[in-house]
Amino acid sequence: MCDQTFVAITFGPCDNCAKTKPLMNIYLNNEVINYCSLCVELMACQGLEKGETVAKLKKETEALKVKLEVERNKLHDTELHKLAEKVEAVGQLNIRARRVLKGHANKVLCMDWCTDKRRLVSSSQDGKLIVWDAFTTNKEHAVSMPSTWVMACAYSPSGCAVAAGGLDNKCSVYPLSLDKNENLAAKRKPVAMHTNYVSHCTFTNSDLQVLTSSGDGTCALWDVESAQLLQSFHSHTADVLSLDMGPSETSNTFVSGGCDKKAKLWDMRSGQNVQSFETHESDVNCVKFYPNGDAFATASDDATCRFFDLRADREVAVFSKDSVMFGASSVDFSLSGRLLFAGYNDYTINIWDVLKAERVSILFGHDNRVSTVRVSPDGSAFCSASWDNTLRVWA
Amino acid sequence: MSGNNSIAHARKLVEQLRIEAGIERIKVSKAAADLMQYCELHGRSDPLLVGVPTSENPFKDKKPCSIL
Repeated sequence: MCDQTFVAITFGPCDNCAKTKPLMNIYLNNEVINYCSLCVELMACQGLEKGETVAKLKKETEALKVKLEVERNKLHDTELHKLAEKVEAVGQLNIRARRVLKGHANKVLCMDWCTDKRRLVSSSQDGKLIVWDAFTTNKEHAVSMPSTWVMACAYSPSGCAVAAGGLDNKCSVYPLSLDKNENLAAKRKPVAMHTNYVSHCTFTNSDLQVLTSSGDGTCALWDVESAQLLQSFHSHTADVLSLDMGPSETSNTFVSGGCDKKAKLWDMRSGQNVQSFETHESDVNCVKFYPNGDAFATASDDATCRFFDLRADREVAVFSKDSVMFGASSVDFSLSGRLLFAGYNDYTINIWDVLKAERVSILFGHDNRVSTVRVSPDGSAFCSASWDNTLRVWA
Repeated sequence: MSGNNSIAHARKLVEQLRIEAGIERIKVSKAAADLMQYCELHGRSDPLLVGVPTSENPFKDKKPCSIL
């Protein structure tokens, strides 16, 4: 009889690369590590800290997530709408469509107001940017963009330029001239360059910097003059669909929302993702700061809009109704923050009482999805842009 | 290699969660009270909330006077 030694090979999923392979049973700090031979080699070259493994990191991740929830819940002593029961209800609103802006040949995807409270810029799937005088409904400028699906447009704080971008993966700035005959398209200045579509853009507090969000999962801050990337923001794990800068002039934060169902708060100087909110059940289409900068609202494909407080670090209200079944594409607050205007894919605009989380009114008028809703800078009106090729100004 | 990435990725995730778990928070009651106070303070000057007379809102068309 021969003594035969059999080497028992463990076959199974590697702790590191998750591939099912023959595993090397090794011990690190008395802990069993089941790595395949390839990963053991890599680990040796990688300078793994003593005892650190993916499994351990995963455990720590789970533990931290639980801790985050526990910390948040400790301070959850009441609900906003409960406290707001004693607040007077919003009276009857007399809001109607006062202007209809017709001129785009295809879906209007985005719009932005000028700081002069009367002009606005809109961008469309037809590849055009139009600057309107909302009082008279006259078109002041029309620019042809190099590509169609211009998903983002923004007016500069000075009113002298507009920024726009979309499927061309770029965001460009167009200086507006008083000479109507001037060819604005020729003065186009490409500023931002992403590796996927640009979903949203905004000027920061001046004409000198532009903040963009993109389908490539990142947000970025650019210098307009040199078209240099100043800071990039990485943390979303899917397309970033929207962003909004803090309302104060000295603000250095912005909030973003994306297809990973998360809304995130960022520090613009460090590029750090400071806070993260994940309660939506589908893509976050739009994010908007509350006027005092301490809270923000989101609109999502899960047919709800939600309200998050930054200092309490949690969701404080959900704006939903059984009869509201279609995704919300855009939100904006009225001047005092009491009303939330939300545009939906069922062609309507719902007006919500932010404190009581109740719907105050529903506005009909568009013949297709509402893509963007924006309140004018002095709060006297709001404008909605729609896939029915028109914009409506409501007051 | 996916091996390298997953460890670096896991490390980044842990770092990020540590930052998020460690921030200062206030009670919901305090946050809600502040939001309500802001609305109260600015509500009266909110044109869409309280409505402004036709003569003051440039978007509301003034009806022409007809003298019978």
